[in-house]
Amino acid sequence: MNTMRISFLGLVCSVLMVPAAFAGTLDTVKSQGFFNCGVSQGVPGFSNPDADGNWSGIDVDVCRAVSAAIFGDPDKVKYVPLTAKERFTALQAGEIDVLSRNTTWTLSRDAQIGLEFAGVNFYDGQGFMVRKDSGITSAMELDGASVCTNLGTTTELNMADFFRANGMAYEPVVFEKADEVVNAYDEGRCDTYTTDKSGLAAQRTKLADPDAHVVLPETISKEPLGPVVREGDGDWADVVRWSLNAMIEAEEFGLTQSNAKTECALTSNPVVARLCGKEGGTGAGLNLGDSWSYDIVTKVGNYGDVYEKHVGENTPVGLARAGSPNASYKNGGVLYAPPAR
Amino acid sequence: METDKSKIGSFLFNRSVQGFFYQIITLGLVALGIYYIVTNTARNMLERGLASGFHFLGVESQFDIGMTLIEYSPTSTYFDSFIVGLLNTLLVAGIGILFATIIGFTVGIMRLSSNWLIAKIAEAYVEILRNIPLLLQIFFWYFAVLRALPKPKQSLELYDSFFLNNRGLFIPDTVFGEGSSIIFYLLWITIIISIGIFIWAKRRQNRTGERFPAFYVSTALILGTFFISLAATGFPVSFEYPELKGFNFKGGVKLIPELVALTFALAMYTASFIAEVVRGGIMAVSKGQTEAAKSVGLKQNLILRLIIIPQALRVIVPPLTNQYLNLTKNSSLAAAIAYPDLVLVFAGTALMQTGQAIEIIGMVMGVYLFLSLFTSLIMNLFNRFMKVDGER
Repeated sequence: MNTMRISFLGLVCSVLMVPAAFAGTLDTVKSQGFFNCGVSQGVPGFSNPDADGNWSGIDVDVCRAVSAAIFGDPDKVKYVPLTAKERFTALQAGEIDVLSRNTTWTLSRDAQIGLEFAGVNFYDGQGFMVRKDSGITSAMELDGASVCTNLGTTTELNMADFFRANGMAYEPVVFEKADEVVNAYDEGRCDTYTTDKSGLAAQRTKLADPDAHVVLPETISKEPLGPVVREGDGDWADVVRWSLNAMIEAEEFGLTQSNAKTECALTSNPVVARLCGKEGGTGAGLNLGDSWSYDIVTKVGNYGDVYEKHVGENTPVGLARAGSPNASYKNGGVLYAPPAR
Repeated sequence: METDKSKIGSFLFNRSVQGFFYQIITLGLVALGIYYIVTNTARNMLERGLASGFHFLGVESQFDIGMTLIEYSPTSTYFDSFIVGLLNTLLVAGIGILFATIIGFTVGIMRLSSNWLIAKIAEAYVEILRNIPLLLQIFFWYFAVLRALPKPKQSLELYDSFFLNNRGLFIPDTVFGEGSSIIFYLLWITIIISIGIFIWAKRRQNRTGERFPAFYVSTALILGTFFISLAATGFPVSFEYPELKGFNFKGGVKLIPELVALTFALAMYTASFIAEVVRGGIMAVSKGQTEAAKSVGLKQNLILRLIIIPQALRVIVPPLTNQYLNLTKNSSLAAAIAYPDLVLVFAGTALMQTGQAIEIIGMVMGVYLFLSLFTSLIMNLFNRFMKVDGER
């Protein structure tokens, strides 16, 4: 509640008081030596704090990559946990510089509310979780169900679309905080809990008895999740966009966190040489040093490293990458980065 | 020259001229400040690509709401969602005020009881409830209610028509068939006649001193007419019973647990403050008043009704108004437990989907301001009505 009030206040103050002209975010960030990254209040695998308050997850690693590209150090980031409801206001108000909080790219967000999406770091879709003992095996059996979900998300609209399209009735029960949704679902207030499937997999680990619940097979929406910046600051958007692209392209050309040092010394492939910062001078256009992409790969990792570390099959979240849209386009997925040259 | 100078001097140093001058300056600065804020807001919003204006109110909302008092679907407009949220806020505030008043007056009078146990129970109630933050109490009642209640298939039931489970309380709905409108017209007519009876009885008592049992007569008139007209039109009233279908009950009237928990928490919390207001009001009436009333031979219940309460109410009403305003504003905590009030639906979902924070927050603030001023107005009128004649 408090942070919400503060960010509203921030928005109002900033919109009301700040003079129209302001310096580019990249210059400001360089001079202050860090930037603010908006993350969730705790979604395991995406952005989650450990007991010491250190954040980790694939969304966090986007911010770490940006930090590595600018400063050569992935830890020049201050993390600001936000609810779904607060996130855009916080970005508009300048409280954060990058929003990396499993945020779906949609037309209205891009065009209407002053946001610019810098890419997609996870292709997701909305699903439903139910209790195993309910005997439900398909989302089409959910007619009349009470549905718990989170305020301020595309989820709210998708479920309205889904039930309307299939002529089914439902009762939405909408909470402001993700933890309250999980709690109410666990208490039996709802028959089903709906959010992005990755979110379901992550939140399931928080339930009293995770094995008593099952995610239904249907995916009812497209949810391309990615980092977001304020509209109207192209230089800063470029830095975030290409930090993400570099992670994806590094994986495509076999440059990993563990082999980057040796590969870069030996390589004769011009693409790899550019990623290593040895050729091409790619940093100049972004107002960064030429080793920006090399720093990302060695200090944060390529996309595959990050994925397997946080949400892959050997983690508690356990999302298989093969066969999902998040696989590289060479392996049947849709992950495809424009060339960094 | 001399005289001119002193004239100008006396003009410049004139108190009322100076006062006028400073007021003009202050007004000018305020106007300039407002102008700066408005133009700067508009320019900054344009610069940051934020949509502005109220066109969104006519656009389809595309989201659904769990509890609506009017017809609402995802094809309804954002303005409809505003009305739905507003009505839900008014509902919870209205029921909350009613129960808070009843509980508060009861507990307040209990605290003055000469019975030690009753007085202490009331004291414990007040001290516990008013000293725990309201948000915690709302969470407590919500999760306490949810945990205690069974699943829909194991519902607690009464006569196959009342059902209670963790999805809410389901009660039969009354459906008025054709020809039932005459009953309501008659009901209104008898209520108006009853008000007339009260006024007439009061005047007659002032004139002659004779009392007339206006309350019993008008109650009998209203209820009698109601049942006779029901019988005469052949009972055009039927009941729609809730039925378990699939996951939940369908048909009937449904009270969601969020509404129950929120109303309960708001009423119990505010009642603890009202109890103290009532106690203070009654204690402010001097003991001599009771003694004087006794000495002229009034009965105990008449002493309370005619002597104590009218005087106590003068003290009670202004702080009671404050409590009503607090309850209404506190109802915005509904967002924490998914009760779809104005803040959750409009300043929550609608704001998120449109991104028009300034317009929406402005509208919501306007609504709370209007509700508060309206409550104040009603209570001030009531207070004027209650004041002792000749008193200022």
